[in-house]
Amino acid sequence: MKIFATFRIALRALRRNKLRTVLTMLGMVIGVGAVIAMVSIGNGAKAQVEAQIASLGQNVVLIFSGSTSRGGVRTGWGSAGTLSIEDAEAIQKEIPEVVAASPEVRGFNQVASGNDNWYTSVLGESEDYLDIRTWPLQDGMMFTDQDVRGATKVAVVGQTTARQLYGDESPVGQIIRIKNAPFRIVGELAPKGLSVMGSDQDDVVLVPYTSSMKRLGGGTMLRSISAQAANEKELANVQEEITELLRQRHRIQPGRDDDFTVRTQQEIAEAATATSKVMTVLLAAIAGVSLLVGGIGIMNIMLVSVTERTREIGIRMAVGAHGRDILMQFLIEAVTLSVIGGIIGIALGVGVSKALATYMNWPTLTSTSSIVIAFLFSAAVGIFFGFYPARKASHLDPIDALRYE
Amino acid sequence: MTNIIQLERINKVYHTGEVDVHAVRDVSLTIGAGEFVAIMGSSGSGKSTMMNIVGCLDRPTSGRYLLDGVDVSDLHRDQLATIRNQKIGFVFQGFNLLSRTSALENVELPMLYTRTPVSARQQRERATAALESVGLGQRADHHPNQLSGGQQQRVAIARALANQPALILADEPTGNLDTQTSIEIMGVFQKLNNSGITIVMVTHELDIASYTRRNIIMRDGRVVSDLPVANRLIAEEEIAKLRAAQKAVQLAP
Repeated sequence: MKIFATFRIALRALRRNKLRTVLTMLGMVIGVGAVIAMVSIGNGAKAQVEAQIASLGQNVVLIFSGSTSRGGVRTGWGSAGTLSIEDAEAIQKEIPEVVAASPEVRGFNQVASGNDNWYTSVLGESEDYLDIRTWPLQDGMMFTDQDVRGATKVAVVGQTTARQLYGDESPVGQIIRIKNAPFRIVGELAPKGLSVMGSDQDDVVLVPYTSSMKRLGGGTMLRSISAQAANEKELANVQEEITELLRQRHRIQPGRDDDFTVRTQQEIAEAATATSKVMTVLLAAIAGVSLLVGGIGIMNIMLVSVTERTREIGIRMAVGAHGRDILMQFLIEAVTLSVIGGIIGIALGVGVSKALATYMNWPTLTSTSSIVIAFLFSAAVGIFFGFYPARKASHLDPIDALRYE
Repeated sequence: MTNIIQLERINKVYHTGEVDVHAVRDVSLTIGAGEFVAIMGSSGSGKSTMMNIVGCLDRPTSGRYLLDGVDVSDLHRDQLATIRNQKIGFVFQGFNLLSRTSALENVELPMLYTRTPVSARQQRERATAALESVGLGQRADHHPNQLSGGQQQRVAIARALANQPALILADEPTGNLDTQTSIEIMGVFQKLNNSGITIVMVTHELDIASYTRRNIIMRDGRVVSDLPVANRLIAEEEIAKLRAAQKAVQLAP
């Protein structure tokens, strides 16, 4: 029997009971719609986190110096100052897979320009810092290695700081006073947005780390080192080598704990996306339950339909339909029901996620794959829940079916 | 004359609870091509069971059944379905048409289930021809609920003809119809039979049976009488008589 003819029969049977068909489909519509919307929300959140991770830079390895414990009060990573400039130089020189390394000194200072002032984080970095972070400049240029060697009083300012101090004026060429030391602004950074932790990455002033140490009293030890691996595959490898190198340089006996921490971008990304992954799975699971309920609705209505149409089944069998033909007829009917419901559900789900993005500013992301999966899944639901009623129909005895009232 | 139906010592026993019901006992029977046979009997005589076996809807408990030269006694469900599709056209008491489906599509139904596919155009042509042969060419688009009982039964007969079967089986085809319509339907059958189609019909109405050529009477699962019809009625003549009688009533004061 031709599939097209079977499909036409299915459509006609579904049209015969419009309200029932619509109500049964509604279960699938809500189920599929919910799955699409929930997965979009989850994916949106994940994409947002991933974008923040990407803003860290490319193939970045972060090395934090150790913590101290004074009178039982432990300070965070980076406070002990166990990393030195020499460590940073050694990492760059001795590990071939490391293409760049920037020592980092961080302070929070009141900065001023003209009559305005602002409290911001002042980062002492090397000239490679922007390359590591893949952070473009909006205006001007980055300070050079000569500036770093000479501990020149030059600075590059982030968007937020620039806006606070200069408004819409260009900050390049202006003088910014950090701890009363005048620094000449040579560049303005492009906006970077929020960090993984939610802090404003544009609220920053970059200066050569040597200048920070000498002019701003930052000491001689580093808070952290940002290093860049040649490619993604080397990240884990580089992490190991840095650990090995630093343990050697810090003369740490085997069995003792490191006085520093090495984190790759991958690890940070995994940790940050873990929650959003859990959320996505959870949301999809809840939505999946409604899909299941929709499927049970289909099964229910198909069983009713088989009973109601026992006589029709008898007639079809009497004129020569095989069990397989009857099975296919009811199976296709169930699948048509679930697939049409699924398609409407996809439209609904996409609509809902678009509405959430537009009116509530939720970062939703509807992927083609989730639509395709939802479509296939709704077909699978139709097959799964339609099979039992269809089988029941195909096993009817033609004589009994013909006599059924 | 070739045999369309050849039954050899057919038995059918139903196992219902403790008692075995012997519905058909040791029936041997042959029906040749071109015959028009009525099987008669009271309810419980086994005629319906016979009909189901002859129609390949049921299998005998023992015995051999050759339909159009093919032994069908041991075929299973789907094979029987194919035999029904190819060799038998059914006409039922309750018409058994698909509701909300046009007459034409009802007639096309058996062609949907042929094992060698029939093209949509061919289906349409054959169905239209079958409807025309029962005098319903103009009503192809009507749904069963738009047709009278007699017209519905004609659609059912057209459906039975769709796959050009060797045999038409009619189960109380006039049971739900009034006298005049019944005679008209018998007229259709007589016309078909005259063109060479074999028809076997179950009925309990003697006057309907007398439109056929051979009457078989069953009682308690056995054939008790098997005789050619002596005073065969011709549907056309009877209709004419009926019309005349009706006219007379209308003319009376």
